[in-house]
Amino acid sequence: MNRIIVCVKPVPDPKHWDKVSMDPETKTLKREGIPLILNPLDKHALEAALVLRESHGGEVVLLSMAPPFAQPLIREGLAMGADRAVLLSDRVFAGSDSLATAEILAAGCRWIGDYDVILCGNQSIDGSTAQICSQLAEMLNIPNVMHVIGLEGSSGDNLVITQKIESGSVTLSSGFPIVLSVRKELNKPRYIPFTGILAAESKEITIVSNEDVRVDPERIGLSGSPTKMAGMDVRKFERKRERLEGTVDEIVKKLVERIYQCGVIEC
Amino acid sequence: MNEKKSADVWVFAEQRDGELHDVSLELLGKASELASQAGGAVVAVLMGHQVRELAQILVNHGAHIVFVADDPRLGQYRLLPYTHVLESLIKKHEPGTVLMGATAMGVELAPRVAARLRTGLSAHCIDLKLDEKGNLLQMVPGWGGGIVATIACPDHRPQMATVMPGAMRVLPEEEREGRIEDVSIDLPDSNMGPEVLGVERTVAGEQPLEKAEVVVAGGWGVGGKENWHLLEELARLLGGAVGATRPPVDEGWARESQMIGQSGKTVRPTLYLGIGISGVMHHIVGMDQSKHVISINSNQNADIFQASDVIVAQDFMKIVPPLISELKSRVKG
Ligand SMILES: Cc1cc2nc3c(=O)[nH]c(=O)nc-3n(C[C@H](O)[C@H](O)[C@H](O)COP(=O)(O)OP(=O)(O)OC[C@H]3O[C@@H](n4cnc5c(N)ncnc54)[C@H](O)[C@@H]3O)c2cc1C
Ligand SMILES: Cc1cc2nc3c(=O)[nH]c(=O)nc-3n(C[C@H](O)[C@H](O)[C@H](O)COP(=O)(O)OP(=O)(O)OC[C@H]3O[C@@H](n4cnc5c(N)ncnc54)[C@H](O)[C@@H]3O)c2cc1C
Repeated sequence: MNRIIVCVKPVPDPKHWDKVSMDPETKTLKREGIPLILNPLDKHALEAALVLRESHGGEVVLLSMAPPFAQPLIREGLAMGADRAVLLSDRVFAGSDSLATAEILAAGCRWIGDYDVILCGNQSIDGSTAQICSQLAEMLNIPNVMHVIGLEGSSGDNLVITQKIESGSVTLSSGFPIVLSVRKELNKPRYIPFTGILAAESKEITIVSNEDVRVDPERIGLSGSPTKMAGMDVRKFERKRERLEGTVDEIVKKLVERIYQCGVIEC
Repeated sequence: MNEKKSADVWVFAEQRDGELHDVSLELLGKASELASQAGGAVVAVLMGHQVRELAQILVNHGAHIVFVADDPRLGQYRLLPYTHVLESLIKKHEPGTVLMGATAMGVELAPRVAARLRTGLSAHCIDLKLDEKGNLLQMVPGWGGGIVATIACPDHRPQMATVMPGAMRVLPEEEREGRIEDVSIDLPDSNMGPEVLGVERTVAGEQPLEKAEVVVAGGWGVGGKENWHLLEELARLLGGAVGATRPPVDEGWARESQMIGQSGKTVRPTLYLGIGISGVMHHIVGMDQSKHVISINSNQNADIFQASDVIVAQDFMKIVPPLISELKSRVKG
């Protein structure tokens, strides 16, 4: 194996999502002060890459499209064991939808070159479209498989992939190159050893702009994205919120009445 | 494909092993509404091998036209052949809108098709509307469901969306007239991606949660597998099904197919009765279209109460057993 690319996305830490508010004027999200983490599933993708490297050799390269301040997070991936990282950072990338993001990540993959396997998380926790895996593969004109819960590199240039579907699972056999997106059942990401943290300090993070990867400016950023955000609302609830009070007996009686009033059972 | 804005609404009719996925029928329901508003036709695309007999079911649920791509090479779902067939049909007929279920298959296939057509796609929609210009407004939950973005695709066609299973209503099945048309396909022989080695069925047929009129849902607060049977009994008395939040699924008290929420199912029953559920957005997105919501939670200020019609701020162990006896004594039969 020559090279495995792992796509990692910095996302706002869900522990702090209660701090997200909406600017009523601009209808944009105010997310200042919310720390970033690596998208949880991307660590599973990285773990899969490290396991593949153990059996098949090759280099593991992290690829992320994010502002330069995401570097400490990328370093976390290097500490886990990736060999080096490429950070796609450019203002012209901002506001990209999934199609434009896939376009940029594809350009990043081509720029890195010589990939056999590209690994993603199945879904991010913020935008959570789950559209990147298929779209990135389409841009690179190579196959892809999502919902991966099993991965075995059998002989030389063949992978046996288990894909989860509603009724069970599908087993697939594939050659290289391929893009895979993984679910958490696939593996357990390793703990970062202290030596890993030290080693990561000397690993390289290459920051790459659109000057380098040269994606058609008409296909990226806010203006190059076919989907447009027409509005954004914090979810609100219009519910009666009637509180049933009294002794347990009284509450149960009232509760039964309310259930009858819904018309789902007859007495 | 930019200028022509056809009002036709297409639905990808997902089937595996000759069984239509419910979401396909739900999408036909929504497509009928959108198409009649815009003056277009509802078109279903059915792919597989020996699946022709499913076409009439699609017609009876609202499809005006069904394109059937029946071919042994399409017998097993494979991403690249399916993408190829959809791409050529869409390029030929230029529909305004294409809808697919946000299922394992749809989530993989839709983005690949959208990228090939270089058009926009919105993910896991919980609702769809048309604006006055005929643009599809797509309600997309994000950030764990706490916010709902409205996405439009004004300059590209088709406008594409995947839709959460359970989020749309099925039209009543009745004898309807429709055109069923076989389409010829030409698939390249090579470069069609991974080969299917085998398919394993592990989930047995069960009462589908999305169809139940009553959903009794349990959360971490139910406390253990030993209490879970109370929910099952309550659901049985109410003629409903049992759902769950994520922790009971992780703990093995409930099956994954019972999970409601962002990573699970969307339910919209007449009555949702939640027990020991805190009300995290991840879960709420899957239940807040229920008609009536009753919640039992021992925390006086549980978030779920904001999204409830009837609030019982009590330990469920004090409420549910007497509720079950009371219902037993009242419910006929
Ligand atoms: C509320 C909300 C709704 C949205 N709705 C839509 C929509 O309907 N359609 C649409 O096209 N866009 C939508 N977007 C925008 C979309 O989320 C972004 O375009 C984003 O860049 C795509 O990433 P994702 O997180 O959705 O990707 P996913 O497909 O969920 O991410 C899967 C994997 O792709 C990889 N990946 C994703 N982004 C990066 C990155 N920047 N760098 C490296 N690897 C990455 C990671 O491995 C990740 O685990 C929405 C955004 C928000 C906030
Ligand atoms: C990316 C992602 C996706 C997710 N997707 C989903 C999803 O699709 N669906 C989902 O459900 N979750 C999902 N989750 C998990 C979600 O964030 C919450 O952790 C989960 O919904 C909480 O479940 P809960 O309400 O049962 O548990 P908790 O939050 O622990 O709440 C338990 C509640 O029970 C109450 N309680 C305790 N004892 C009693 C008693 N004796 N009587 C009455 N009440 C009692 C407590 O007051 C508390 O409110 C997801 C998380 C992530 C990060």
